[in-house]
Amino acid sequence: MERQMEPEMETSTASSGDKVLSSISIKVLFFARARDLTGLSETPLVVPYGSTANYCLEALISKFPRLEEIHHCMVLALNEEYAAGSSTVKDNDELAIIPPISGG
Amino acid sequence: MANKDRTLVEILEEHNLIDVVKYMNFVGSPQAGAVATFSGTTRDTFEGKTVLELRYEAYVPMAIKQMKTICESARSSWDLISIAVAHRLGPVPVGEISVFVAVSSVHRADSLEACRFLIDELKASVPIWKKEVYTNGEVWKENSEFLQRRLELGNGNGSHSCRKRLVEEGQHRKGCCGVKVRIDEVPVVDDKSPRTSSCGGDPSLAMGKTIVAENREEEDGVG
Repeated sequence: MERQMEPEMETSTASSGDKVLSSISIKVLFFARARDLTGLSETPLVVPYGSTANYCLEALISKFPRLEEIHHCMVLALNEEYAAGSSTVKDNDELAIIPPISGG
Repeated sequence: MANKDRTLVEILEEHNLIDVVKYMNFVGSPQAGAVATFSGTTRDTFEGKTVLELRYEAYVPMAIKQMKTICESARSSWDLISIAVAHRLGPVPVGEISVFVAVSSVHRADSLEACRFLIDELKASVPIWKKEVYTNGEVWKENSEFLQRRLELGNGNGSHSCRKRLVEEGQHRKGCCGVKVRIDEVPVVDDKSPRTSSCGGDPSLAMGKTIVAENREEEDGVG
């Protein structure tokens, strides 16, 4: 085995054909309080192939520690739909941090 | 029937007023014996603080999808003719409408109940946010409906079709976020928890008005 990757990355050949993806890039959106806390409305994020939405969230919290404030009252949306933290993210996916909503 | 199954969902960009007549006309039809509407307007005070305006933002494409999902849920539970749901973005001054729902049906029970369902669901799951702006600060609001629904949404379940929803089980009305209130001058009264007391609870919007217009209610007789 010439590649020395973590197990989750080895599966990448199965779904990506010729090109082996060891990491993927996603777009993260911040709204309302999340935007205030990060100072950004969006940011790119590179994570290992096969990462879950929760893994991405943890990575974001490491990068923007102030997000911890809303960690336990927010939800995630993946590609414009509410998503479980266990969802697997794919290359070019759009992950949104949804702080408590207040429409109406 | 030409007017059957019509649904209109709109998010209005800043400085566009909600044209109530337009949506009333949209849902009106010769088959409709009832039209129920709800309008949410900006109230002038919240917990003694003077509110200048509300400022709304949305994750627009997802909000539109979610509003359509809610309309489908309503149709699966009630016999409806047309639905219109509109939400405004940007600043909404005191007295102006931020959200409007109009529903038509043959008989009034369907449109009345569906109207209530639609606004409640919108507040629970449509990704729209409002900041309440006071004379001396501002706060991101949190809908209690969302906080109660959060675990479900966090499991990826954004659709809530059951019409028999449980009455809220004494959920605490306080939000869970920490310091998200900015108050420049806190009045020195006996304010016990100035930083969290404003979470949840559906504060500002509030002054909902439900208007029911009934025409030709054959079964129940006219009003």
